Amino acid sequence: MRLLAAFVAMGAVTYFSRLLPLFVLAHRTLPPRVLRFLEAVPVAVLAAFVAPLVLAPEGVLDISLSNQGLLVTLPTVLIAAWSRSLILTVVAGSLLMMALRAFA
Amino acid sequence: MSKQEETTASTEALGLRDGAREAVPVVLGYLPIGFAYGVVGTAAGLPLWAVVSMSVLVYAGSAQFIAVSLISQGASVAALVATTFLVNVRHLLYSLALSPRLERMSRGRLAWVAAELTDESFVMAARASASRDTRLPFPFVAGLNGVLQVAWVVSSAVGGVLGGFVGDPLALGLDYALIAMFIGLLMLQMRGSGGVIVAGIAGVISLGLHLLGAGLLGIILATVVAGGVGLVWAERR
Repeated sequence: MRLLAAFVAMGAVTYFSRLLPLFVLAHRTLPPRVLRFLEAVPVAVLAAFVAPLVLAPEGVLDISLSNQGLLVTLPTVLIAAWSRSLILTVVAGSLLMMALRAFA
Repeated sequence: MSKQEETTASTEALGLRDGAREAVPVVLGYLPIGFAYGVVGTAAGLPLWAVVSMSVLVYAGSAQFIAVSLISQGASVAALVATTFLVNVRHLLYSLALSPRLERMSRGRLAWVAAELTDESFVMAARASASRDTRLPFPFVAGLNGVLQVAWVVSSAVGGVLGGFVGDPLALGLDYALIAMFIGLLMLQMRGSGGVIVAGIAGVISLGLHLLGAGLLGIILATVVAGGVGLVWAERR
C-alpha cells in the first residue's frame, strides 16, 4: 500500500509538469518570438538527450573504439538520415548493438 | 508562421485513427524499453502489480527506472516523490511547446492530453503538426498518446511476467533501442542548417553539463539555450 501511495504521489507531481503550461496557455495566442523558440525545442531536447548517452555513457568522455554505443551510433545516424524511418532506425540500431555485443 | 491562423477545416480529416497510426513507429521503440523496465523491476524485487501500476500511474520511462533503483535501496516515499518531480520537470517544456500545436479544446480535453504527455509523444505531435502545417485536434492526440501508453503498460507487464526467464535485458541490445529511437526522432525533426546548429549546440552544452554532473537539469538548460539560438537563427533571415 505504501508503494501504491508513492506511485499516486509520483504521478501527481509528474502530472503537474505535464498539465500546468497547457492549462495556463489554453486559449491564448503566444507571441511569434516565443513560438520560434518553442519550434526549436524538439530538436534541442533530443540532441541534449543523445549526446551524453553516446559520448559519455559512464559519465566520462569516451571517444574510443571501446565505446560500443558510439560505434553503433555512427551507422544508426546514417540509416536514420537515409531512410527517414523511425521503425527501421530502432530495429537496425538495436540489432547492430546486439551483434556488436555478441561478437566483440 | 501561419499556424496561429489555421482554421479547423483543414484538420477535420485528422482523427483518432490517424493519431494511432502516427504512434506505430514509437510503439516499436517502447516495447523493448517497457519490457526491459518490467524485467529490471521484478529483478529488483517489485511485485508484478507494482511494476504495472507504476507504468499506469507515473508513465515516465526514465523516472520509473530510477524509482526501481531507489525502491530497491529502501528509499522513503518523500525521496521517491522528490526525485520523480525533478526527473520529470522537463515536461513543463513539452507542455509549453505543445500548447500552440493544439487546436482550441476544452480544459477537460487538455487535462486528458496532458496525462499521457511523454518525450516521444510530444516529439511525434510536434512533428505531425509541423509537417502538416496545422494544429492538431483532440482525437488525433488522444489516439497517438493512448496507443503509446497501452504499449508501455503492456510491455512492462510482459517484461515483469517473463523477467525470471530472460537474462540481462541489456545484453540483448534493448537499452540501445531508446538511443536509436531518439536518433531517429532527431533526424526526422531536423530541417535545414538551423536544425543542425540547434542540435549541435544542445548536444555540446548537454554533454559538458553531464560531465560536470548536472544530471537531467543539464538537459533542460541545454534545451533552453539551444532553443534561444534557434530563435535568433530564425529571426536572422
